[in-house]
Amino acid sequence: MTLMQSFSELMHQRQQRETVKRSRPVETEVTKLDVRNLNFFYGDKQALFDVSMTVAERSVTAFIGPSGCGKSTFLRTLNRMNDIIEGTSHNGQVLLEGQDIYARDVDVVALRKRVGMVFQKSTPFPKSIFENVAYGPRVAGQKQYKALVEIVEQSLKRAALWDEVKDRLNDSALALSGGQQQRLCIARALATNPDVLLMDEPASALDPASTARIEDLIFELKQNYTIVIVTHNMQQAARISDRTAFFFQGYLIEVDATQKLFTTPTKKQTEDYITGRFG
Amino acid sequence: MSVSGKLREPALAKRHRIGQMFEWLCCGSTWFGVVVLLLLLLSVGWKAMTWPTADADAADRTAAMKADATSNAVAESARPLSTRFLTSYDSRIPQKAGIKAALWGSLWLLLFVGLTTVPIGIGAAIYLEEYSNEGRWKRIIQVNLSNLAGVPSIVYGILGLTVFVRMFGLFGHDGKVLDLNLGFTVLAVPLPFERSVISGALTLSLLVLPTVIVAAQEALRAVPSSIRTASYALGATQWQTIRHQVLPAAMPGIMTGVILSLSRAMGETAPLIMIGALTYLARCPGHIDSLSSAWEHPSGLLEAPFDVFTSLPIQIFNWVSRAQPEYDHLAAAGIIVLLVVLMCMNTAAILIRNRFQRRTQW
Repeated sequence: MTLMQSFSELMHQRQQRETVKRSRPVETEVTKLDVRNLNFFYGDKQALFDVSMTVAERSVTAFIGPSGCGKSTFLRTLNRMNDIIEGTSHNGQVLLEGQDIYARDVDVVALRKRVGMVFQKSTPFPKSIFENVAYGPRVAGQKQYKALVEIVEQSLKRAALWDEVKDRLNDSALALSGGQQQRLCIARALATNPDVLLMDEPASALDPASTARIEDLIFELKQNYTIVIVTHNMQQAARISDRTAFFFQGYLIEVDATQKLFTTPTKKQTEDYITGRFG
Repeated sequence: MSVSGKLREPALAKRHRIGQMFEWLCCGSTWFGVVVLLLLLLSVGWKAMTWPTADADAADRTAAMKADATSNAVAESARPLSTRFLTSYDSRIPQKAGIKAALWGSLWLLLFVGLTTVPIGIGAAIYLEEYSNEGRWKRIIQVNLSNLAGVPSIVYGILGLTVFVRMFGLFGHDGKVLDLNLGFTVLAVPLPFERSVISGALTLSLLVLPTVIVAAQEALRAVPSSIRTASYALGATQWQTIRHQVLPAAMPGIMTGVILSLSRAMGETAPLIMIGALTYLARCPGHIDSLSSAWEHPSGLLEAPFDVFTSLPIQIFNWVSRAQPEYDHLAAAGIIVLLVVLMCMNTAAILIRNRFQRRTQW
């Protein structure tokens, strides 16, 4: 099967890249997120059925699946962005470092500060580049300008955008190109110093060159952050993720190490999807 | 059939003709409005720049008035619309009559209508759009707002008369005076408000509030929800999201709505007649007729809201209803002043909108 072969090739390239990168000793896997029997509803319509999975610390987990399969909904349950939508409900547990994020005493604002999010469509605020990145720390109460300058510089450097914008921090963020805007949004999310970074198809609206930059960036960020990414693009999932979860019609069909899922999937539906038989 | 035959369909020519006719019709509609407006402006402008030609009867009258005028040693103007017109009070001698009291009355109204409608209107719009849940109550309020925006202004006049001018007669026949200690001075607030600037301003506020709220709601709704979501995702609270993202983005739309509503309040006559704005008045509210007089007698600034007043449209209405033809021309001059004021406000609205629109594009 040629498609499977091309995936194994991809995996091989990646392993080479990783052996170069991985200078720090391989740690034992620590579970960051632990989802147990999660059901999710939009009004009467059930969107997620009994989803259980874990996400390891400092890893990239990719969610794949056809449109409307629930992967974005599931991503949004991880920082309670669905709370904004009226009429949603859920049962089951989402544990962040062992603590249920839907517990009564959890402040959703504090949660979102720890679990940052980047959206499919880049949404820079109609303000300057500096103000965009400084917004998160500002609303969290950071008033000292010096500290803000530091955070902005660091965040932009981590998002690999600093060199391109350092001379025009006071220009409107809307003047940046699409790829730059998306990296700005990543920088903005990093500025609140989160543990987990959720990305909802961050590169789907970008050209191949910008996509490659974002993917490189995700690879870099993995060293310090736990990243969960929703993607339409299976090659992208194969290139960047450690583990991949396949969703279909609200069910988590299969979740496994990326290499294993793409080369020897255990479920028929997964195989059909990744070989392009549907979706 | 040949190709050229296919390209020359008779039915197609007919369709083109219909299209052309429709374009002419639309063009005609546009020019109809422009021509009527131009005629109106020309006739009013011409009237404002000339006194009526004297017939024999009027000549006597003018002579008598001139004698009167010279005895009072006040310069009379060659045209109804002049700087003297802006700086003198109403008079029974047309050549000496001016619009000063009405101009200051309108400015005071404008100030207080703005002070009440801006916070209440924007606050209500934010609550309805950002905080309240969809439901029966919101629907009821929404429908009522739209209906209130369509209520005739005279009805608001009756409301203002009962609520603000008379206060349901709660304070007896003679009323009471409430002394408010502000620390540096004591403010005497008459209760009920009687025929004061504050009564008029509150009545006009009620009149334009529904429009302001609906306009502000539209502006808030136009802010893309992705901005809100992005702000929440960065750990902002709902208030921070509204304060830092939603309101600044909606501000041009809100300000446009507010200014257009204020200019509507400026031109309203009926409710003010209803609450008894004076038609003849030879002084300004609080005796403030210039910035320097306000500087010299700052207490006038506190008295003005509770003083009697007249306004531009009321003054015009008064002049139009007088018998002498000279007053017609004075009314025309008053209309020009009112139009200039309104045009300034609308220009401000457009400038604000353009300025902010260039800054916020998504």
